[in-house]
Amino acid sequence: MKEKLVMIGNGMAGMRTIEELLKIAPDMYDITVFGDEPYGNYNRILLSPVLAGEKTIDDIMLNTMDWYEENNIKLHAGKRVNEINRIARTVTAEDGTVEEYDRLLIATGSKPFIIPVPGHDKEGVIAFRDIKDVDTMLDATKNHQHATVIGGGLLGLEAANGMMQHGMKVTVVHLVDTLMERQMDSVSGKMLKNSLQEKGMDFRMGAQTAEITGNGRVSGIKFADGTSIETDLVVMAVGIRPNMELAQKAGLHCERGIVVNDTMQTYDPRIYSVGECVQHRGDTYGLVAPLFEMAKVCANHLAQMGIGLYEGSVTSTKLKVTGIDLFSAGDFIGDESTEEMVMQDATSGLYKKLVLKDNKLIGAVLYGDTKEGAWYFQLMRSGQDISDIRDKLLFGESHLGDSGHGGDHILNMSDDTEVCGCNGVCKGDIVQAITSEGLFTLDEVRAHTKASASCGSCTGLVEQILESTLGSDYETPEAKPLCKCTEHTHEEVREAIRERKLTSINDVRRSLNWKTQDGCPACRMSLNYYVQSAWHHEAQDDPQSRFINERAHANIQKDGRYSVIPRMWGGMTTPDELRAIANVAEKYEIKDVHLTGGQRIGLYGVEKEVLPKIWKDLNDAGMVSGHAYGKAMRTVKTCVGKQWCRFGTQDSTALGIKLEELTWASWMPHKFKLAVSGCPRNCAEATIKDFGVVCVDSGYELHIGGNGGIKVRATDLLCNVTTEEEVMEYCGAFIQYYREDAHYLERTAPWVERVGFSQIEDMIVKNEEKRKYYNKRFLEAQKISQVDPWKARATGGVAPHEFASIKVVSL
Amino acid sequence: MSNWIEVGQLEEIPKQGSRVVKTSDFNIAVFRTVNDEVFAVKDACPHKQGQLSQGIVHDKKVTCPLHNWTISLESGEALGPDEGCTNVFVAKVESGLISIDLG
Repeated sequence: MKEKLVMIGNGMAGMRTIEELLKIAPDMYDITVFGDEPYGNYNRILLSPVLAGEKTIDDIMLNTMDWYEENNIKLHAGKRVNEINRIARTVTAEDGTVEEYDRLLIATGSKPFIIPVPGHDKEGVIAFRDIKDVDTMLDATKNHQHATVIGGGLLGLEAANGMMQHGMKVTVVHLVDTLMERQMDSVSGKMLKNSLQEKGMDFRMGAQTAEITGNGRVSGIKFADGTSIETDLVVMAVGIRPNMELAQKAGLHCERGIVVNDTMQTYDPRIYSVGECVQHRGDTYGLVAPLFEMAKVCANHLAQMGIGLYEGSVTSTKLKVTGIDLFSAGDFIGDESTEEMVMQDATSGLYKKLVLKDNKLIGAVLYGDTKEGAWYFQLMRSGQDISDIRDKLLFGESHLGDSGHGGDHILNMSDDTEVCGCNGVCKGDIVQAITSEGLFTLDEVRAHTKASASCGSCTGLVEQILESTLGSDYETPEAKPLCKCTEHTHEEVREAIRERKLTSINDVRRSLNWKTQDGCPACRMSLNYYVQSAWHHEAQDDPQSRFINERAHANIQKDGRYSVIPRMWGGMTTPDELRAIANVAEKYEIKDVHLTGGQRIGLYGVEKEVLPKIWKDLNDAGMVSGHAYGKAMRTVKTCVGKQWCRFGTQDSTALGIKLEELTWASWMPHKFKLAVSGCPRNCAEATIKDFGVVCVDSGYELHIGGNGGIKVRATDLLCNVTTEEEVMEYCGAFIQYYREDAHYLERTAPWVERVGFSQIEDMIVKNEEKRKYYNKRFLEAQKISQVDPWKARATGGVAPHEFASIKVVSL
Repeated sequence: MSNWIEVGQLEEIPKQGSRVVKTSDFNIAVFRTVNDEVFAVKDACPHKQGQLSQGIVHDKKVTCPLHNWTISLESGEALGPDEGCTNVFVAKVESGLISIDLG
């Protein structure tokens, strides 16, 4: 018999836990849910846009009544639980409904705090918490003129803005002098107040409410200083309190909230709790991103996987008031141990403040232009050292040397602006999917819309759209798991592979408790690469965990045929090679012969069965695989150098050939290109390659981390050296460090930006021992790796099944 | 109506791999999962006719090499938010010999 899981509270945190649980252990529990509102689960954060008339209730439903039925969940909607009996393991609702549990999840959320001033219980005094409150406010806008919001925090201002949209005159009463003082410093708070005043909002700052007056229904407010105002409606938005009475009554340990440990268990291990009702490591949370992190951990534990831990969250805030852009996160006030960077332009209404500590970003306030918010937040959560980008930090990610995408302001983009050029997805499609499908993460948006799911260059834009649509509730995972089959990050997996000497994909999955038996394409390809890069002698390649191109040693084309690109060392060729290529093209009726960007010749439109025959012919002419299909070293582009060119300073062609002989047939996290230019005119475009050499009169400039693809990035100059031997050593060391440190599918350009140029410089330039160590490891790995895969398949009998059909039937 | 044909031995397909049966009209991809279950579907992704036989096989699913659609080998249907379906052929293994029903 299945165990019984009962959940009290049909809100976002609780239901997210149930959804996560259904994803990983769909048949483990009989699930029953109690909710005291008569609805399914809705997106509470989007109540502000509902109030402002920008969305409807239907738009913000996350789980409809049908959903519960489809997933065999018993929903008691509109029933409030008033007792938990921990001995009998039952819960009882007010109407007498009793349910037994094996495990109980308390997700009762929070209650708005109502200031207990005289008159607080009059008709027309409400909070802003649920659909009923929104209905009350909307009714008031029809019959009344003047509303007052007590509390100038995030929720209060959104409520005030919403009612103002319906033509009400709204006054905001705030106890201190700065609006949203928990999210803003005084400068940005003042800018916000000015903008809201321009929109017509009234303020009573530094005002303490003494009494709510009126005969039955509210008619005014008296303040402690003796002044008063008239009003027809009072909305209290002065904060929330964890809703823990039920848990307290059941004898569970509570302080400011229901106290839970890192696996979201209360002091009774059968009873879990998530969401705004909990207190974790002394903190309570009122934003949705942390709640979702808790949900994930809790579901993981309920599914008895026992590997997730919740370790607290850094949160960010965004105000959802149309026309006002405001973002804040972390410690944005700072103290004597911190530094700040400030940019202020009152005329354009721009303000940016960043707080730094020990070369790390720990807090940010942005006003007027928040498009860099997601990036700053990411920097804060990853704890990245920012010394390398310090001079550009304040200006934002778009000033880091990228060109191409970005720069557009999300809010100014029209709905028909194309965001994802690969899949033709417009901004409107993405916003529509986020609101109608209830999406919260980049992965979900990718799955539903395909935006940023191909080349990924618009990922930043899509994240910004998520953020601007969801406000503070956009979830950026602190450390991204490698894939959906595990909670572990790339770094954790690689460390385990090294520390525990894991030499096969299966070992990794077993050792790290993978959630799936044989993984998914993402982790299979990554793990296959990781075990081999760590243990090149011991690890076995798993061809079934390679993308088809690397299994067939040719690029699959859109019609299912393949392309063949033989290596041309350093971009040099001979009449014999050209003749052999021409012969192959004629013999196998190859339609298209194309000159590639890497100084080679490509043959296109080859049937798979023919590949080994073509390879044989090319091998016979002395040619080998160009690895143009792999996450591997591709080409070394060269110019003719001092051999022919009157400006050439060194023999760039010969050096290119040496480098290609050194590095060919090496597998990489992603494709890897080199170039050698004979002089600073740089005809071989070495400054947009992963490793580029620019010859100068005194020797060689070594450049790293360039990219001419999705995002153009010029290289960083690593160092100058004087001999070809040094070029080779630095090249080998750099490649090996990249191979052992970068995430699978991370090119050198984003890798250099992620780990910081100075770390690579420390490792390769400043530390001779490390440089020699990495170069040595590279050379050892190359001894095993430098086998022509074409020859092995054309004549060596490797993987014959790959190139032949198993059966031909004539029907 | 059934029309069973013998395809070949189980060992001829790598675990988590696929081989192609060619017919005069279309190709059929025959898959062997990590647990040695065998499935056969038309070798054309419902999205852009990518060859599913060239994809990565995981669980009872295959991910198309062209645009990463994931197709259930049991139902032939696209999984997740993607929608579409490719034909499924009944397959069986008896004493190591794979047969499929061309229907």
